[in-house]
Amino acid sequence: MYDKRQVDKIKGRKRKWEEGTLKKVLDRFPERRRDFKTLSDLPVERVYTPVDTADLDHEKDLGMPGEYPYTRGIQPTMYRGRLWTMRQYAGFGTAEESNKRYKYLLEQGQTGLSVAFDLPTQIGYDSDHALAEGEVGKVGVAIDSLADMEVLFGGIPLDKVSTSMTINAPAAILLAMYIAVAEKQGVSPEKLKGTIQNDILKEYAARGTYIFPPQPSMRLITDTFAYCAAHLPNWNTISISGYHIREAGCTAVQEVAFTLADGIAYVEAAIEAGLDVDDFAPRLSFFFNSQMDLLEEVAKFRAARRLWARIMKERFGAQNPRSSKLRFHTQTAGCALTAQQPDNNVVRVTLQALAAVLGGTQSLHTNSRDEALALPSEDSVRIALRTQQVIAHESGVTNTIDPLAGSYYVESLTDKIETEAREYIEKIDVLGGAVKAIEQGFMQREIQESAYQYQRSVESKDRVVVGVNKFQLEAETLPEGLLKVDPAVGEYQKERIALLKADRDAEAVAAALKRLEETAQSDGNLLPPIIAAAKVYATIGEICDVLRGVFGEYETSVIF
Amino acid sequence: MRERPIRVLIAKPGLDGHDRGAKIMARALRDAGMEVIYTGLRQTPEQIVETGIQEDVDVIGMSILSGAHTHLFPKVMQLLKDNEAEDILVIGGGIIPDEDIPALKRAGLAAIFTPGALTETVIDFIKEQVQK
Repeated sequence: MYDKRQVDKIKGRKRKWEEGTLKKVLDRFPERRRDFKTLSDLPVERVYTPVDTADLDHEKDLGMPGEYPYTRGIQPTMYRGRLWTMRQYAGFGTAEESNKRYKYLLEQGQTGLSVAFDLPTQIGYDSDHALAEGEVGKVGVAIDSLADMEVLFGGIPLDKVSTSMTINAPAAILLAMYIAVAEKQGVSPEKLKGTIQNDILKEYAARGTYIFPPQPSMRLITDTFAYCAAHLPNWNTISISGYHIREAGCTAVQEVAFTLADGIAYVEAAIEAGLDVDDFAPRLSFFFNSQMDLLEEVAKFRAARRLWARIMKERFGAQNPRSSKLRFHTQTAGCALTAQQPDNNVVRVTLQALAAVLGGTQSLHTNSRDEALALPSEDSVRIALRTQQVIAHESGVTNTIDPLAGSYYVESLTDKIETEAREYIEKIDVLGGAVKAIEQGFMQREIQESAYQYQRSVESKDRVVVGVNKFQLEAETLPEGLLKVDPAVGEYQKERIALLKADRDAEAVAAALKRLEETAQSDGNLLPPIIAAAKVYATIGEICDVLRGVFGEYETSVIF
Repeated sequence: MRERPIRVLIAKPGLDGHDRGAKIMARALRDAGMEVIYTGLRQTPEQIVETGIQEDVDVIGMSILSGAHTHLFPKVMQLLKDNEAEDILVIGGGIIPDEDIPALKRAGLAAIFTPGALTETVIDFIKEQVQK
């Protein structure tokens, strides 16, 4: 951004400073440590100057908000026009209890829903399956059939709220149920707004709730892209997620690289399935983590946006500008929360949320202070939501777009993260793409190595975690009012399934499942028969069992 | 003096996919000179006990972050008892509220390690208990 003469002058000026003012101080007072690094181990210089951003081309690398390559943000007005969607991930126990929590959150000013499902639902088992024992309603709400979905969204107008559902392997089934509930409310599919996570690749790499092998899983995803392009124009068909990869312990660079490499794999699969890139790419969305290193995270979000725009344009020849816009949801880092002195987590979450906002997120979930101990209590969730509201309305950071642009440090870090992520993606390309890289355990090994190094740096006290390896309390006072899921929820769901099965049209269910099986064996789109099965109250377990029968199950190799 | 290195089975019971902690522990124990087997995800209590006995382990370490520990940990303990394998030292870790710990210890778990626990602490605990 400076001409060569100016840069040379600044270089000289810096040298003079190093030899004079700086040296005098360093001789007497050495710095706190020899090497300074970001949370992700990127080296950090003492001070950044225009020399570090000398190669930055304003038009090519930054541009203006709402314009390619979207480094400054995907909308021309950003938060001056509309604040991000405040979306707290919630769900536990029965559909009734979760419905109550959603209504509470909406009353408190939350602007979108985010549904957490329990593990049996996420892995396609009904609540009465042997493997579901002890897990029903624990990490999210238990959904077995459309009957539960009707209760979950009872009294919530689906044409007014947008709903994000953290569901992957059986995403098409939950979307089918959502469409069916909306229809009962008199809301047509084209009006539905929301997101299904639907990102199976990160399940294999980091999160673990896979069901089917990669190939049929990719088919379910591209079938969903195709169906939604025709019938649900406002639905985000996937949320390509770096969040869980980061939680598993990777670095900021790896988070960007692996997420975008997964994104490339989905785009390629959809093109392979015959879709036009500009028909489905505008509905792709992303999901990132926001960790503790504030400026590194801001740079990460900016780098991800720029890199994705370039990939879409250069690699896939996308014409529609919306295809190149990386829209993303952010959640603050669960793994940064400490069980020790949990109130300190409110401060951590504030910093992480601030990074997400300074990075231009479209929606945000802020974690609750007690989540290293249990599911969050209502009080903790309210503080977490209020944290977003304070940033939005009091901090002033929403008044101008991308306020950290032009910072020598942030721009230089943005560049570094983009460059290193690009190198990773090239490596993954050489391995044959994200699916192959995951099958070979490449991503898993990289993630584990980073996680292990981080743990070592905490144990050696090279990194300070307040309250954990420094500034501990002799005696911790435990927070009160932790949320407990009623253990009876498992029995309750079992009874509901028994009643449902006695009550529904068994012939219609059998016929719908038969049709689904036939479609799975052919190459027809799976969404219509899944929707038909959901509407006659086939359960998730029944639908997944049909697909397991045709597709088989994924078997992972253990790497550590 | 023991003739062989301490053998440990690290296990993920239930449907929980969070295995960052389990894998870090597996590697830390291995780096500390123990022989470590990691089951991978989604193991039933029956599978864990069977593997533990077959592999003749000294220690089973289980990790759960989903809240299913109250159900699954005691079930593993019961099965060990049924198979007369109570001599295996069993420890647990994960998101486990303090108030659940006494009941888990009564069920026979030797220790529960919660977020923030150091791998050193776990290594020392195992060495001390197994050498006894």
